[in-house]
Amino acid sequence: MSLDVSQFVGVFLEESFEGLDIMEAGLIDFREDDPEAVNVIFRAAHSIKGGAGTFGFREVSDFTHGAETLLDQIRQGERRMNTETGDTLLAAVDCIRELLRASSEGGDLDTEKVVSTRTAIEQMLGKTPDGASAEAAATPVVNAGWQISFKPRPELMKTGNDPLRLLAELQRLGPAKASVDASRLPALGEMDPEACYLDWNVELSAPVAEAEVRGVFEWVEDECELSVTPLAPAADEAKKSAAATPPAGGPAGGNGDGKPPAAKNGATGESGKRPDGGSIRVAVEKVDSLVNLVGELVITQSMLTQMGNDPGDFDLLRLEQLREGLGQLERQTRELQEGVMGIRMLPISFIFSRFPRVVRDMAGALGKSVDLRMEGEDTELDKGLIEKLADPLTHLVRNAIDHGVESTEQRIAAGKPPAGQISLKAYHQGGNIVVEVADDGAGLDRAKLLAKAESQGMAVSDTMSDREVWSLIFAAGFSTATKVTDISGRGVGMDVVRRNIEAVNGRVEIESSYGEGTRIILRLPLTLAILDGMSVRVGDETYILPMTAILESIQPKTEQLSSIAGKGRVVHLRGDYLPLMALHEAFNIDARAQRAEDGIVIVVATSDGRAALLVDELVAQHQVVIKSLETNYRKVPGVSGATIMGDGKVALILDVDMLLRLRRMH
Amino acid sequence: MATILAVDDSTSMRQMLAFTLQHAGHEVHEAGDGQAALDLAKTTSMDLVISDVNMPVMDGITLVKSLRALAEFRFTPILLLTTEASPEKKMEGKTAGATGWIVKPFNPEQLLATVQRVLG
Repeated sequence: MSLDVSQFVGVFLEESFEGLDIMEAGLIDFREDDPEAVNVIFRAAHSIKGGAGTFGFREVSDFTHGAETLLDQIRQGERRMNTETGDTLLAAVDCIRELLRASSEGGDLDTEKVVSTRTAIEQMLGKTPDGASAEAAATPVVNAGWQISFKPRPELMKTGNDPLRLLAELQRLGPAKASVDASRLPALGEMDPEACYLDWNVELSAPVAEAEVRGVFEWVEDECELSVTPLAPAADEAKKSAAATPPAGGPAGGNGDGKPPAAKNGATGESGKRPDGGSIRVAVEKVDSLVNLVGELVITQSMLTQMGNDPGDFDLLRLEQLREGLGQLERQTRELQEGVMGIRMLPISFIFSRFPRVVRDMAGALGKSVDLRMEGEDTELDKGLIEKLADPLTHLVRNAIDHGVESTEQRIAAGKPPAGQISLKAYHQGGNIVVEVADDGAGLDRAKLLAKAESQGMAVSDTMSDREVWSLIFAAGFSTATKVTDISGRGVGMDVVRRNIEAVNGRVEIESSYGEGTRIILRLPLTLAILDGMSVRVGDETYILPMTAILESIQPKTEQLSSIAGKGRVVHLRGDYLPLMALHEAFNIDARAQRAEDGIVIVVATSDGRAALLVDELVAQHQVVIKSLETNYRKVPGVSGATIMGDGKVALILDVDMLLRLRRMH
Repeated sequence: MATILAVDDSTSMRQMLAFTLQHAGHEVHEAGDGQAALDLAKTTSMDLVISDVNMPVMDGITLVKSLRALAEFRFTPILLLTTEASPEKKMEGKTAGATGWIVKPFNPEQLLATVQRVLG
């Protein structure tokens, strides 16, 4: 019989990755005055090791063993946690994560790090890397048969052991003859019925190894007197050495070879894939409330059906009931929608939790001192967004440490506290999720940015607003860092950050003041599946504008409209000239409003600043379900998707940033 | 067949234990820590308890001691899941009253063989 336990590999991987996160967080925040803290870390390592062995991730379990031993020593108070131990253990966490990933999904493995971490741990444990290979020690002593004397202590049965079971087990090894010695048996009156007073002598005539015989008594070694002697005086030499070796050697093996795990991804791991986004953990309350809502919906539905069933006596009273029913339906649908969307919502702490580590590692590598503050970790956002947000956010944090925060000397010279402050914030604002990455570093240098842009052949002028200057850093290949550091200069620039954020209908804003710091603000929609939008009419077409983009709408007066050379048409609004784009021109359709004065100008916020769109009229505000245009048709620049309106018509959802960027290109 | 209580804070290990034991025809109850196991043991009698050692809330050693204090469990076999790293844990478990141990990692066949040993 062979039982396939590979079906549990997915669960094992999931809980191991969770365990690694727990270890990491625990190690970063380690406090010696909290004895439970190290226990939690130890338990996580322990579970990973045990599970890894069981589910065939041999390398992982071997590797984790060292870290576990180290943690156990700390737990027992035999070793103190210091920076070196902490760093080594954190590196071990990385390695275990990588090993798990490599053996479950395949792919490259940083063998060097695994080997060096392993060596570091072994050195700490005071082992020579080529440690005692006890493996060869006990060549199994096989004999024609064994004379076994077994004298259990009276309390043997109190641990749930049973002498008869042990004898039966011996019998399974081969033909056995047992004789009982009842000399210890006390008088009936003094006898404890729960104690064992009998001794046994067993002659086992089977050619088995001594270890196998002793193995039967493995669990009761400390509760009996046991002697195992060969029946025939054979193999004297071997016998002596065997007697000298405690039988506790147990199943040979372990990892005595001290060799680093092979780098190949094949490993012994199961081929089970980490369920990459395949499953979501949902709080039971969330599911319960959905079930409740569906219940209510069913009631409303049956109420409305009943009403429709006898149209004969439909009067005004019934009309009132119908309205009430429809109102109820609307409320329940909305709640159901929110509830279902809520299933996909995860707290942003999923990403934030990695940053203490990122900051610690990076600040250490750069020799800077940086404090990280996080706020709003419980803010929930769509799982899809979480995944898309992770990389850009990491990049921004790295940037802030590398380019934002100055060196300790510079900070002291500037009269700032020596440790830089990086703050991560997440909060809701007007139907958006806002995530901020702020530092109290040097801030952006306007003059330097302009000079750099000019040297790269970009069109710049001194009259540009700060905002326009800051957005220069979004240009591909733009970097003001005098030298590219190994840490943040990895080819992912701010342009990629912006592209990623805009791909999810979000927006990036920069606030900076020279000498005081920089704040990067990401505005994101609540979810990827549903968009809060304003439908606008242009000719016979309806378009959807994301509410997140709309600042205000006005009916323009003639004197507000003009043309500026090089900038095209503009709207003059409270002292600002905003570039104006007529949607009917962009989409090449006939507008109803022939003159701009007859239409509506919508002021929108884009990553490049404010702009204005000219439409015929505003229709209504709705929540629309986003359908991908790419999957159903093809990618259209300036359009982020489509939706189906209440009347069955398709409306395009506009990508305001892209539209206006297209306009500038023409 | 036997009624077995499987105790482990790791879901995958617990599932693997339950799956294997059920496959061999046993009735399996599961608990995620010692306290949960103890609560279950107070209402259900078991033929065998298999428990992890390191668990939150109540560890395996304390569970063994607590179970042995229950009349119903005075002689019930209790096996601890240990790792080869902790011989002293084995002894600690024995002192607390455990019957024996299963060394991690183990495969389903090893588990069933050990269970067979205890149940006879």
